[in-house]
Amino acid sequence: MVHIIVSASRFSMIMLIAIYTYYCFAALKSNISRERQMRLYRKQTVVIYELLLNGNLVLFLVLEDLRVLGLMVCEMVLFAITLIIYKKIYENASKSLVNNMCMLLTISFIILTRLDMEKAVKQFLFATVAVVITCFIPILVAKLKVWNKLRFVYGVVGIAGLLFVLVAASTTYGAKLSISIGPVVLQPSEFIKIIFIFFSACMLQEVRDFSHIVKTTVIAALHVLILVASKDLGGALIYLITYLVMLYVATRKPIYMFLGVASGALASVVAYFLFGHVRDRVIAWKDPLSVIDDQGYQISQSLFAIGSGGWFGSGLGLGMPEKIPVVTTDFVFAAISEEMGAFFAICIIFICISCFLMFFNIAMQVKDYFYKLIALGIGTLYGTQTFLALGGVTKFIPSTGVTLPLVSYGGSSLLSTIILFAIIQGLYVLQVDEGEFDEGMEESSEKRRQRG
Amino acid sequence: MKEWKNHQRNEDKEVEILDFNGKGSGNRKMKKRQITQQNTKKKKQKSRNKEFAIVTYAFLALFIGMTGYFAYFVQVKSSDFVNNPYNARLERLEQYAIRGRILAADGTVLAETQLDEAGNETRYYPYGNVFAHAVGYASNGMAGVELDANYHLLTSNTFIVNRLANQVIDKKNPGDDVVTTLDVSLQNACYNAMGAYDGAVICMEPSTGKILAMVSKPDYDPNYIASNWNSYVSEDSDSTVLLNRATQGLYAPGSTFKMITLLSYLQQKGDEGYQFDCNGSYEYDDYEMHCYNGRAHGQQNLLEAFGNSCNSAFSQIGLELDLASYNKLCDKLLFNRKLPTKLKTTAKSRMDLPQDSSSALVMQTAIGQGKTMVSPLHMAMIAGAIANDGKLMEPYIIDHSQNDAGTTVKQFVKESFGQLLSVEDAKALQEYMRYVVTNGTASPLNSTLYEAYGKTGTAEFSSDKNKDHSWFVGFAKNTDGKEIAIAVVMEGVDSGNSYAVPASKMILDSYFGVE
Repeated sequence: MVHIIVSASRFSMIMLIAIYTYYCFAALKSNISRERQMRLYRKQTVVIYELLLNGNLVLFLVLEDLRVLGLMVCEMVLFAITLIIYKKIYENASKSLVNNMCMLLTISFIILTRLDMEKAVKQFLFATVAVVITCFIPILVAKLKVWNKLRFVYGVVGIAGLLFVLVAASTTYGAKLSISIGPVVLQPSEFIKIIFIFFSACMLQEVRDFSHIVKTTVIAALHVLILVASKDLGGALIYLITYLVMLYVATRKPIYMFLGVASGALASVVAYFLFGHVRDRVIAWKDPLSVIDDQGYQISQSLFAIGSGGWFGSGLGLGMPEKIPVVTTDFVFAAISEEMGAFFAICIIFICISCFLMFFNIAMQVKDYFYKLIALGIGTLYGTQTFLALGGVTKFIPSTGVTLPLVSYGGSSLLSTIILFAIIQGLYVLQVDEGEFDEGMEESSEKRRQRG
Repeated sequence: MKEWKNHQRNEDKEVEILDFNGKGSGNRKMKKRQITQQNTKKKKQKSRNKEFAIVTYAFLALFIGMTGYFAYFVQVKSSDFVNNPYNARLERLEQYAIRGRILAADGTVLAETQLDEAGNETRYYPYGNVFAHAVGYASNGMAGVELDANYHLLTSNTFIVNRLANQVIDKKNPGDDVVTTLDVSLQNACYNAMGAYDGAVICMEPSTGKILAMVSKPDYDPNYIASNWNSYVSEDSDSTVLLNRATQGLYAPGSTFKMITLLSYLQQKGDEGYQFDCNGSYEYDDYEMHCYNGRAHGQQNLLEAFGNSCNSAFSQIGLELDLASYNKLCDKLLFNRKLPTKLKTTAKSRMDLPQDSSSALVMQTAIGQGKTMVSPLHMAMIAGAIANDGKLMEPYIIDHSQNDAGTTVKQFVKESFGQLLSVEDAKALQEYMRYVVTNGTASPLNSTLYEAYGKTGTAEFSSDKNKDHSWFVGFAKNTDGKEIAIAVVMEGVDSGNSYAVPASKMILDSYFGVE
């Protein structure tokens, strides 16, 4: 009987996420009225709760563990608080982004509960901490006016932080990423990427002359090179692409983009011949089955999971996602696809696309140039990381070992992503409120640009 | 995208409204100034937004491409991919499904799972040894179609209501049946043609790549695989019963390799004016090559030398070849690499003749001795490509899977590897291979019912000069367009007689309908 409920739930959960995804894009329609848009967002919120309920009830039946229900109630409360916070503190917050954030967290909670109860509890605690922190971000963004003057601080903290990781970090899966401080394990590069965006925006808000660009690019390249030295390929790529896009938009010169991409491509080829671990990833990508005992094991297991699950999935608890190494972090998407189905997984891709579009939408509307670049940087970073994470798991591109924002397990990743979402919300609020908001800053940046 | 842009414009408007609301109704001048300021700002923003749009479209293209690839993998690629012994999920499938049947192309049952009253499952193979290596086994590991189609056999696509009903009463679903490309009467003919000899036969359809029959001996009765397992794998037994020689056996090709030597010679020198006077042996650099049974063939042109399989002429031809091109031709003909086929377990053929090889090795290699090793499957593929005017169709043995009601679930289609050799080269070889049947060493195959082409071979495999491997590689067709490519190898036959030719005749006669 349990089997049937699990089986049937595959379809109901796909229905729920499909409806949710439809609302995401329906709310973007051109001729839609504000009221209808709000109505859609309210419906989305209901769907999130329904999915959380459906998923956890199934898990309760499968795992026969009361903690599942307890955790579910906590999660529901957390979402309620989050929604209230965004309603009160970020008065005009983008509902679409808040909903997407909660939806991706819901999926994360469900799959982590399925894979590892302890990690699910931890992930819940991380999310709670993150939501508390985000209460302060819009105030910090709106009230503190020094953010665009701290480029020296950003540069030094960023480089020093990454160097510290390179020297002090322990090696996990071949890459140096995490620092242990007592019981806490931190991945500093997750936070430094936010600082890096601020640094780049500071430098690029006033493009004075060519030497300024060269100077900025050298420092940015230093970030990337330190990450390469830490063997954090995914991180290096994310920093690189984020910087290139910001440089391109700031200068409006496609030539920088082409130069950047060309040198990046050249560097990849050099890295391929120089570093064994880069070669391994490419070999595993080209034909994972030929090296299944070795470099291809992880990606093969990921594809076994996705392929065995098929369009509708095996049902929660009925697959074998635990066969995939590091399934809770980098390969969580494969686990979701296996048990909840490829349809469900594709809906996740579309929700991520919807987030990305909202980021860029906000970036395009922000008028303050510094914040515009910040929003652009965040949007690009999110897009790049999501693409690398999903592409690696589905073998569309070689795996780079990147977490899927908000879905993958991990405190640093979760916290930094929620902060990014909050900053964007802060900018959105700033934008919508602009009438009553500081015009002085606007003018000063305008002036600064004229000087250049 | 368009919708999204409009939406953005919408929100812009909203911003404007809020702007005005914020300032309230006041100074008219102020308002005006604001509007103009906003307009100029808007202009700047618009041009900057061009870059934004480019970046957005670039990312969207990547995401859409990835989603497409993902969907393609799930729909098309995944069922082949997941059917892998490393995929632990397959073992779990056995809990939910009764292994499906394996059928011949005409629907004859080759393997099925029988249930006794207690619900115990037994795998039953009605043809026993005859299909042993083709169909394989499914206990003590897996082999053959049982291995290749494992995923399909254990996946149930029975009517969804039945599936749900079975779940309720906790009953296993019937796994899908797998229909192979195998032809029962041809398989029987091949099996009988081998007689008591070890070796292998493989037959395929040149225009599709369908494997019609596959026999390897020694063999086993898959019905008793579990009880006999220990004797097959025990350390002190040198038994190779479990090895499928048709796909994994490697043999010296003997004179069948002259097809390739000939092709290399045709490519390098052409066939104009070739003459060789054979006195039964040929000596060069202190190495002497003898013709088969020491027979002197006399004056030979290229066609006759091939038709009579003249070792003396071909060792001399080998010495004239540019070895780099010779090697390159072999690589192009799939030596030293994994064969392009859906069959999971195949052996790589070997051919390597370095630039500085001794004359003796060059002469031996040219007539198919030396270090060259080939699998029967590989030779059948080359013959099939020649028959198909150079185009190789990748061999496959699983035609489709179907649910218990006979509805096709997954159809496998023929796949072209492309031109293995050019149309001209294929046509030239056809002419030479036809001559072998009309005037040469395979003349017993000269039939009125079909037109056969091929090359015989006798390969020495040990110091025992009285025992050889006997080969026939070729193809045949009739006026109705029926075609077959074939490779036969029989091990350890007495020297002096061709065993593979009469065996091939039995097989071809059966296939083309001679009583």
